[in-house]
Amino acid sequence: MTVYVLRRLTQALLVLFVTSGLVFGGLYLVGDPVEILVNPQADQEERARTAAALGLDRPALEQYGIFLKGVFTGDLGKSFVFGRPALEVILERMPATLELAFLAMVISVGLGIPLGLYAGLRPHSFGAKTIMAGSILGFSLPTFWVGLLLIMVFAVQLGWLPSTGRGPTTEFLGVQVSILTWEGLRYALLPSLNLALFKLSLIIRLTRAQVREQSLLDYIRFARAKGLQRSRVIGVHLMKNILIPLVTVIGLELGSVIAFAVVTETIFAWPGMGKLVIDSIFQLDRPIVVAYLLVTVFLFILINLAVDLLYSALDPRVRLTEHKG
Amino acid sequence: MSVHRLVAVLLVAFATQAHPLDLDIGLSTPVTTMDPHFHNLSPNNSIAKHIFETLVSQDDQQALKPGLAESWKALDDTTWEIKLRRNVRWHDGSPFTAEDVLATLKRIPNVPNSPASFAIYTRPIADAKAKDAHTVVLTTRAPHPLLPNDLATLHVISAKTAGMATPDYNSGKAVNGTGPYKFGEYVSGDRVVLVANDKYYGPKPAFAKVRFRMITNSAARVAALLAGDVQMIEAVPTADIAMLKKDARVSLASTVSNRVIYLHMDSGRERNSPFVTDTAGKAMEANPLRDPRVRKALSMMIDRNTIVSRIMEGEARPAGQFLPETFHGTSKRLAAEKYDPEGAKQLLAAAGYPNGFGLTLHTPNNRYINDEKISQAVAQFLTRGGIPTKVDAMPSAVFFSRGSKLEFSFLLAGWGAGTGENSSPLRSLVASFDPKLGFGAANRGRFSDAGVDAMIHTALETIDDTKRGLMLAAATDKAIGELTGVIPMHYEVSTWGLKKGLAYKARVDQYTLAHEVTVAKK
Amino acid sequence: MSAVLPAALPAPQTPLQRFLEEFFDSRIATLGFVLLAAVVLVALVAPLIAPQNPYDLAKLDLMDSRLAPGEKGIGGATYLLGTDGQGRDMLSAILYGLRVSLYVGVVSGIIALTLGALTGVCAAYAGGRIEQFVMRVVDIQLGFPTILVALILLAVLGKGVDKIIIALVCVQWAYYARTARSAALVERSKEYMEAARGLGLSGTRIVLRHLLPNALPPLIVVATVQVAHAIALEATLSFLGLGLPPTEPSLGLLIANGYEYLMSGKYWISFYPGVALLVTILAINLVGDQLRDVLNPRLAK
Repeated sequence: MTVYVLRRLTQALLVLFVTSGLVFGGLYLVGDPVEILVNPQADQEERARTAAALGLDRPALEQYGIFLKGVFTGDLGKSFVFGRPALEVILERMPATLELAFLAMVISVGLGIPLGLYAGLRPHSFGAKTIMAGSILGFSLPTFWVGLLLIMVFAVQLGWLPSTGRGPTTEFLGVQVSILTWEGLRYALLPSLNLALFKLSLIIRLTRAQVREQSLLDYIRFARAKGLQRSRVIGVHLMKNILIPLVTVIGLELGSVIAFAVVTETIFAWPGMGKLVIDSIFQLDRPIVVAYLLVTVFLFILINLAVDLLYSALDPRVRLTEHKG
Repeated sequence: MSVHRLVAVLLVAFATQAHPLDLDIGLSTPVTTMDPHFHNLSPNNSIAKHIFETLVSQDDQQALKPGLAESWKALDDTTWEIKLRRNVRWHDGSPFTAEDVLATLKRIPNVPNSPASFAIYTRPIADAKAKDAHTVVLTTRAPHPLLPNDLATLHVISAKTAGMATPDYNSGKAVNGTGPYKFGEYVSGDRVVLVANDKYYGPKPAFAKVRFRMITNSAARVAALLAGDVQMIEAVPTADIAMLKKDARVSLASTVSNRVIYLHMDSGRERNSPFVTDTAGKAMEANPLRDPRVRKALSMMIDRNTIVSRIMEGEARPAGQFLPETFHGTSKRLAAEKYDPEGAKQLLAAAGYPNGFGLTLHTPNNRYINDEKISQAVAQFLTRGGIPTKVDAMPSAVFFSRGSKLEFSFLLAGWGAGTGENSSPLRSLVASFDPKLGFGAANRGRFSDAGVDAMIHTALETIDDTKRGLMLAAATDKAIGELTGVIPMHYEVSTWGLKKGLAYKARVDQYTLAHEVTVAKK
Repeated sequence: MSAVLPAALPAPQTPLQRFLEEFFDSRIATLGFVLLAAVVLVALVAPLIAPQNPYDLAKLDLMDSRLAPGEKGIGGATYLLGTDGQGRDMLSAILYGLRVSLYVGVVSGIIALTLGALTGVCAAYAGGRIEQFVMRVVDIQLGFPTILVALILLAVLGKGVDKIIIALVCVQWAYYARTARSAALVERSKEYMEAARGLGLSGTRIVLRHLLPNALPPLIVVATVQVAHAIALEATLSFLGLGLPPTEPSLGLLIANGYEYLMSGKYWISFYPGVALLVTILAINLVGDQLRDVLNPRLAK
């Protein structure tokens, strides 16, 4: 097990290296940061000064080399826009995104699995059909559209919740967190709901599909025939078997919630990483984008590793590749 | 309804007398730093203007007025004497003197890692000396009549903090200004909080605390105003203005701005302009855009009034030059081009293109108000006028790089005259591209005319304001009126939305300044 | 396998007949199929039935912009569903947009599904280094924001329907790969696989006949959702200015354009395209759900 985890982590380094190269090259192709950063009034001399100050006057490969050299000393470069270490800027924004992702996952898993179970166990009931039809709304309407609708209904029309922004923060384990107070939660509710909608529909549909699948298998029939309580059959036998694909998708979605809360954060003016990265992409703030990618890809690697480990915990028959050689 | 409003107004009035109100403002673009010299970017400058002050100040029409300097005058062609205001104190209580000005001028060109510095405005200054504690003498390298305009962009910091680095400013440690508001809090990407400077020498700030919240999505910003989460927003989107005008909870403040939206044409390449085709879409060798008659014809095909009323929903003014006539150095003769598709056809025929040709209009889609939509409308008019035009829209990150590499034949862009007078667009957009002189830096059509160049050049060394103004106007007449070096489309109107009971004197430079927000008296 | 043999079949059926019979057994699925057929048909014949060619700039008139549904334009034409900010007839724009959106969603979905499922299942089957390699590529891909992929492609290749499809495939295939692999991983460890290997069945056969079919049910769920998601994602890219050319709008682009008019009550610019999108996606899902049930051997009655 340890060997397996260690090997996965070594591979992670290679993955991170490839990622950095890809982003670096990709952004280089998009455009020249100087064009975006300088004040429009700037003359040619000022443009040249900016390029030199940010090291953009050197050949691309040399710039990448300087970046790699920095990485070995733990320096991911300074943001062009903020003039601060890129990693620092990202870590500063991370708690806001993580708490939003956390709330969104709580909503989508907490509602999704029960609703999906219900829809799967009573597939022909009216309730199940309503749930399934409703879930289509969840993933077919674009996030930005639903987001504005939420604001218009709950903030402008009804006035129940604040329209945008992040609430007051409190310190928790050395991190600024807003969702521990009621006031902070009020701010987080709409954006996390907006973010959860797609995941919620996906989890409902997936759970239902798995339940339908499994409930017809022999072991469930057998367990029922044995006269086991229905709740126990569902709770233990069924749940255990529908979890593997669910865990995969939940893992995937957790990653995507963290990394790509871009649209939701933009609409709700939520000061997280998603908002940061989209602004940085559009301003060609390369150090931020590269550092951000390294952080999120690393996060994905960790999540996927956790998911793979969970497989074997959930179903001992699944062997990790390690043993196969 | 009216009773409610009366009560609300009374409450506002009462509250201001008892204890000043707080103000929440929704900003449209993020503030990236608290260092007033690090990143020359509109939202940063706007915040800096609350905390810091400049020697020369600009009113809402960008006319110069005294700031930290009481007066200034040119002693000869290259020497300027600046008298400083007395009895000004920094937020930390120490007095403001000439030393602070010298330290500021020294720091500005030397801020490490600055992505857009203010050095363009200090470069003409060869030397700065303090004659006494309240007089500064500046010497310029060459005659530089725009020195006062340039000084209006430079925020003066205290000599004590001049040695401190950008991170110290961002944390607030080094932020020590003379302005009406003091630093409160800065959370990158989220908000800036300022508190009133009760010891300010000018009019006392109306609000005890001002919170600037960065709400970049326009619809969300309007929603925040309607929901009462903020009491003021900038950059109200044109689509919502009609609705807000009818809303009793809201009042609007707007003015025509110093930004013109214009079309640039490839008038540099003699042949094989990359996006000029024949009417069937095949590449064409000749470059019709070099011919002033063709450029004029394109201008005549566009119905500016319709674009202003339908696309901009009335929130723009058709333009005939770079700046509205009220600005210094503008032409009195140039009006917006009349819509004349028939005349355009004749001009095209005279230029040898009776059957037209094809174009692609490149446009940014996240930079100017309704930029992509304006381009589509322009394409509609040109297509109907016999010049089939495609639209290729892209984010400004891609657009400006490609534009500056001269990859386009026909592009839409905008220009805001930062210094508030006509030499700014003239030298950047229609002067021949010349890195040595610093001319034509944004001349992405490579328009070039020796006569225009000479006029701009002489004007920029003429100290006399009136004479210089006439020269700049003449250069504009030639570059636009005669040669159509660029096609001016319209001047943007900037609009602020406020809660009823608040008022704002809308500014042509598009800055959002809390100390110019007033609370209605009755 | 435990299936109880049916006592007596009225007549021997071909698999296709049985499939069709089972498929149309459900009334809802039949409705879904009819809807989907109608949507596809409308999309195909859009140029014939649309009152206006919304892609021809010379046919648009700015004076007719932002008309409410049912209003008359200056040319005398009545716009049933109103017009957008450029004076484009919404009905025609929706019909044409449907074409683009369906094309983008389905083509990118099919390519991504095929690519992802094959790599995922093969990875699971092969195990070892190959699996490791494929899954690490998946990790990289998952970490890349869609917006960044789209922006790079836009800068390098320019705008267009085919470029958007490439961007969407790039973004989506990794999801399918991971889902397929996880399902195949479970199958791989079952006893019959040992038996199949023991019998000396070829790799291709094992992958195609055993691993892939068993990975299909969760894949179809993901696929029906992802096709819809691809269409919505294209809308989001358009919203961010990275989508299709503005003069040839898809449903997503229309919704994105209408977004800014939502606050001012000009609902029709995004509402009607939204309804069209919803109906399309509903139909795809109803058909997809039934397909999954019918194709699944275990659910057979």
